[in-house]
Amino acid sequence: MKTIRYILQKEFIQIFRNRTMLPIIFLVPILQLVVLVHAATLEMKKIEMFVVDNDLSGTSRELVNKFSASPFYVVEQVGFSVKEAEESLKQGSVDVILVIPSDFEKKLHKEENAKVQLLVDAINGAAAGLIYAYSHSIIADYSNQIFLELSRGLIRGPETISLTTTYWYNPDLNYKIYMLPGILVILVTLIGMFLSALNLVREKEMGTIEQINVTPIRKYQFIIGKLLPFWIIALFELAFGLTIGKLFFHIPIEGSLLLLFGFASVYLIAVMSIGLFISTISSTQQQVMFLSFFFLLTFIMMSGIFTPVESMPDWANYVNIANPLAYFMRVIRMVLLKGSGFWDISREFFAMTGFATIMLTLAVWRYRKVA
Amino acid sequence: MTAPAVWVENISKKFDRVKAVDRVSFAVQKGELFGIIGPDGAGKTTLIRILTTLLLPDEGKATVAGYDVISSYKKVRHLIGYMPGRFSLYQDLSVEENLEFYATVFGTTISENYELVRDIYKHLEPFKNRLAGKLSGGMKQKLALSCALIHKPELLFLDEPTTGVDAISRIEFWDMLKRLKKRGISIIVSTPYMDEALRCDRVALMQEGRFLDIDEPEKIIGKYDKKLYSIHTTEPYLLMENLRENVDIQSVIPFGDHVHFTTRKDVEIDPGDLQEALIAKGFKDIAVKIIKPGIEDCFMDLMNIEPQ
Repeated sequence: MKTIRYILQKEFIQIFRNRTMLPIIFLVPILQLVVLVHAATLEMKKIEMFVVDNDLSGTSRELVNKFSASPFYVVEQVGFSVKEAEESLKQGSVDVILVIPSDFEKKLHKEENAKVQLLVDAINGAAAGLIYAYSHSIIADYSNQIFLELSRGLIRGPETISLTTTYWYNPDLNYKIYMLPGILVILVTLIGMFLSALNLVREKEMGTIEQINVTPIRKYQFIIGKLLPFWIIALFELAFGLTIGKLFFHIPIEGSLLLLFGFASVYLIAVMSIGLFISTISSTQQQVMFLSFFFLLTFIMMSGIFTPVESMPDWANYVNIANPLAYFMRVIRMVLLKGSGFWDISREFFAMTGFATIMLTLAVWRYRKVA
Repeated sequence: MTAPAVWVENISKKFDRVKAVDRVSFAVQKGELFGIIGPDGAGKTTLIRILTTLLLPDEGKATVAGYDVISSYKKVRHLIGYMPGRFSLYQDLSVEENLEFYATVFGTTISENYELVRDIYKHLEPFKNRLAGKLSGGMKQKLALSCALIHKPELLFLDEPTTGVDAISRIEFWDMLKRLKKRGISIIVSTPYMDEALRCDRVALMQEGRFLDIDEPEKIIGKYDKKLYSIHTTEPYLLMENLRENVDIQSVIPFGDHVHFTTRKDVEIDPGDLQEALIAKGFKDIAVKIIKPGIEDCFMDLMNIEPQ
């Protein structure tokens, strides 16, 4: 016990003496939360539109006004040539083209079907889908309005189903509230897996392990002494990140923080074991970097930080059974946004406990063998 | 009867196909200063790492202070101090923090064993708050020795402690070892510098994983049975080329501005005749003498004969 305390003491001196460590602990989370939460958003704010209005009638102008009045659209250019518009789309200076043919108003007055055309830049498929949906709803609204005006209430239109929607757990569909917990998960993982693996392999790279190995320090004492500081720092980081989230982004904290930190503690043991494992198969910090990057990127991309895991193919869902990030990503959102209690996340909790046990056993076994 | 400090029987260790240590046996008595001399790659580090419980031998048995290095490795670790060839203390901890850390993990304190390291540590004391990574080479070496001694070990293993250290620091270092030996600490030290052999009680000459000879340095010199010639010259390279053409001459070895050589068995060369012959060939400032062998001549001779 005493020995572990001495190792811890030494570790903390080294960590706080390291010039890059303090910025990593304090500055990186602030930057990541502030920058990423704003940047990693799927909301469309400024859709740039090219309008080809060949009708130049009151009706067509009003349709264009509907778009420019919307907060999502900016009518960037107006012209008469579809070719010119296509050129702009190709150059990427506009996202969408609205083509209004010359007989637009005439057809409406003749009570015929009038047509408009939308050309959407679909390089980003998700964005294209959103642009289409937004545009469609604007045109449909306008179409409804024209129908009512033209009929002047003489003809009663067909009864329509009116739809009222309420968004639960995130009523304003605030994307930041969804993203912030996800980015916190990445932060905690980075510290737990990456920094602890780097720290362990540093002893090998610098040769200090040689001197440690001839001392009576036992392997388990060494591992605990090396990992515990990062376990503490990572939990601190989670608290720090939640505070920033609460103060600056007003994220809701519906569930129990104790439950969240309890889960995070187990989760950290799992990712630190992965870190320990990586450190046993590497001999330099560079190798650790490449290996951790591979694991981290895969884990992050599949964890459901941007896109729901449910919409991934079946095989991805199977892979995610072994992806600790996917569990924590789900749990942190459930606890913070939904207020889930222990029994709601018990499945994840037990899965994570099992994962941590297996990973730790594997890593320690491997560590004993090679070191 | 107490157990010898180190007792090794038929230790071997292979890395892939290379035999780093090949059936080595020897014993070191308590309080002895034992040197393992050999060129780079001879297997010195591997042997020391086996004895310090860092490496498992493929075969053979070894005990340190009477304890088996495999089955009683925990016991051994308490009794030994080890200074690896590469500086392996924490560069981002200060001098004092390093010493304190190694004292505490052995369950002791600096003050408890201070008088053992005082001679060495007193040079470091003015810099005790400096980070270990910022020390000069000689200082680093003193700190490493202090850390290896702070738990009052019975045995000290030093792997090439003087490699990369200036000549004066080397002499100082050997003086320190002599003082430690007086306190009853057995010391096993490896070095590639043959001249350092003379500072040891006994030396083993190691080459390609095997011990060529183990003895007191004076006795090794005494065993030398050939006539040794030395030529002072300003052109050693040209002279060596020339001497090697002579069928009577066996081995030609450069020693700074001298060239040493031996003759084949039962052949004697008169120094005066050779000197004249060489002057006739255009060599200037030539002086041929018969000399007494030094320890380096003996090692060179041993290494030339053994591998065949």
